[in-house]
Amino acid sequence: MPKPEILDPQGKAVLGALPRLGFQGVTDVRQGKRFELEIAGEITEAVLAEVEQMAETLLSNPVIENFTVRVEQPVAGADR
Amino acid sequence: MKIGVVTFPGSLDEVDAQRAVTLGGHTAVPLWHGDHDLRGVDAVVLPGGFSYGDYLRCGAISRFSPVMAEVVDAAGRGMPVLGICNGFQILCESHLLPGALIRNDHRKFVCRDQRLRIENASTAWTSSYDEGAEITIVLKNGEGGFVADVDTLDRLEGEGRVVARYLDVNPNGSLRDIAGISNERGNVVGLMPHPEHAVEDLTGAGTDGLGFFTSLVEQAFA
Repeated sequence: MPKPEILDPQGKAVLGALPRLGFQGVTDVRQGKRFELEIAGEITEAVLAEVEQMAETLLSNPVIENFTVRVEQPVAGADR
Repeated sequence: MKIGVVTFPGSLDEVDAQRAVTLGGHTAVPLWHGDHDLRGVDAVVLPGGFSYGDYLRCGAISRFSPVMAEVVDAAGRGMPVLGICNGFQILCESHLLPGALIRNDHRKFVCRDQRLRIENASTAWTSSYDEGAEITIVLKNGEGGFVADVDTLDRLEGEGRVVARYLDVNPNGSLRDIAGISNERGNVVGLMPHPEHAVEDLTGAGTDGLGFFTSLVEQAFA
């Protein structure tokens, strides 16, 4: 996500569009990015640390963005 | 001097940059993003465009190209590096320059002749200008808003590292009207407007941009 102090022009555009469509009561919109990484094997602490490193090095720009890493197990039987 | 001009996939302005380098009295050496050496150049220009389609973030993928490893290394040893527009974005992503460039505050692509003030005429790329010189060159960007935290902005101003500032209008929401900055040593300069498009009377906004490409000579013989 863009850091709170960084202007987010895309979020502002969405905020402006919502009332035009009749949606009321939204006071702010911020737009970020979501990356879904498929990892081979067990999600260990070491793997998570490496994913954090990926996020810090390439996926985000720490100057203007914050990030969080979350593990989501694939649902059994779901389409792959 | 031999000045390398890097072409990334999606670069647009490398030919104009090479032409500007030549008009500035230098030999232009085309460099490729996949190069592992700088072919003996004395300085490097990272041109404008949309390298890697601006995917992920502007400049974020170019930063990790083989040639950038060489550029970062050479810049650390004092080699002059000028990043224009997308080149400026690449320099910020490479951490050769502080801050970042984000989408214009008004959300529209801007293309205009832009007046600037040269705030620091002692960098490797601006020594042809007089301090405080007002010039008009082309500006064209969609993500040209320069941002950094307050401490960084104060440090840039305090150390004289704001190289150029927008005059008349702030075209993209850049904090403190900053159009260009340098590193501490002054050999690495990033600039959002395009001096390479203002080097001949035939086209563009005049010849005010030529100084960026003649400065290296003046410095070499200073």
